[in-house]
Amino acid sequence: MALGAALGAAALGTAIAQAPAAPAAPQARFVVVLDAAHGGDDAGANLNGQPEKAYTLALSVRLRSLLEARGISVVTTRESDATVDAEQRAQVADHARAQACLILHATESGFGVHLFTTSLAAAQPAVFEPWKTAQAAWETRSVALEGVLNSALGHAGLHVTMGRTELTTLDSMTCPAVAVEIAPSPAGANSLSDDSYQSQVADALAGALLEWRAEGGQL
Amino acid sequence: MIPRYQTILFFVLLAASIAMGAVLWQLRERAHQRLLAGEVTTPTAAPQVAPEVQATLMVASDADDSLTPQALALPLPSSANERARAILGKLLDLYAAPGAAHPVPGGASSITQVFLMPVAGGAGTSAGAGASEQTAGGAEMAVVNLTSAFANSHPSGIETETLTLLSICATLHANLPQVSEVRFLVDGQQRATLAGHADLTRTYLATDAGAAQSGGQP
Repeated sequence: MALGAALGAAALGTAIAQAPAAPAAPQARFVVVLDAAHGGDDAGANLNGQPEKAYTLALSVRLRSLLEARGISVVTTRESDATVDAEQRAQVADHARAQACLILHATESGFGVHLFTTSLAAAQPAVFEPWKTAQAAWETRSVALEGVLNSALGHAGLHVTMGRTELTTLDSMTCPAVAVEIAPSPAGANSLSDDSYQSQVADALAGALLEWRAEGGQL
Repeated sequence: MIPRYQTILFFVLLAASIAMGAVLWQLRERAHQRLLAGEVTTPTAAPQVAPEVQATLMVASDADDSLTPQALALPLPSSANERARAILGKLLDLYAAPGAAHPVPGGASSITQVFLMPVAGGAGTSAGAGASEQTAGGAEMAVVNLTSAFANSHPSGIETETLTLLSICATLHANLPQVSEVRFLVDGQQRATLAGHADLTRTYLATDAGAAQSGGQP
């Protein structure tokens, strides 16, 4: 575990060279990391009979297709029903040096789409970032990304809430990162399984990431 | 024709049964007398009724991801630990009620204990927002011990789990301002997450809990 943390921290050193305060420069390669939460032994929430892990994987696959069709490079933390722990997910994101990282969740509680950024206080980047607090150096950009996502989802007619939370995966990422939790639409409790609702959410997220790329991912 | 020995045996057994019945009756009477002799006839003391005081509950709502203050007059014990437990119990009773805006089963019995202890070094060790702020002198950490039944039955999701934890933190700080940090245990042990999402291994800053959630911009 310590070795993994050290390797991850070493990778962070390079990533943090792209500090939030760095001057905006065109990105040669725009990479998005999609983290389908849960998987394998960790089924996540029970969504009206469907495990959350299956829902997030399906959403990740759908979103990846939409983004790749628009020329965006996508890195996913899992492509199957595999167990991936929080540190492995963060390592994938950190090695990808992504311009945006979305952690995909789903729930039956509440309505619409819940957006979460880290509850860590913004901090200056350092050469080595410890696990669980690495996201502090990216907090400002994560909040900016959350704003773009909120705007796009709102324009798509989706109910959006924003908040702060403490997730191990999120807090260990060295990229603009937002946890996206899909909840039923206010129109109906069974909308999570509604294909048109999933498509609406995925389209809005893809649109937001296109806008984020157009703005250089450096807001 | 009944053999003679069987007749004799019948009467012997009958006599033995009558004798044992008499002995049992006598023992019962003696036991009854002993109970009467030991009974305290003085009236029991009337229970102490704690005076009602104003308490503020930070009530969560899943619909808009918010915490709303709700003032209630509650009879609260004088001990700070018991007072904190009673207030949080009332908060969880609201969540367990039918039609709650933040439905969570369990109720008041979901909180086993609340311990208050001085914050070591006077500085926050939390990873939460504002962690660099120095806590004031006399600041305390609250350790909230939840039951595993509560954690296991809690709805799973980032929003619902975060709201439960933040509402507990904000309610503690609203009623016991000296509480600046909160840690959570489940059955006295550390647990990774509440119900698969919200991190329970960290120290939460009670001062930031109320401001951590906000509505989106539709």
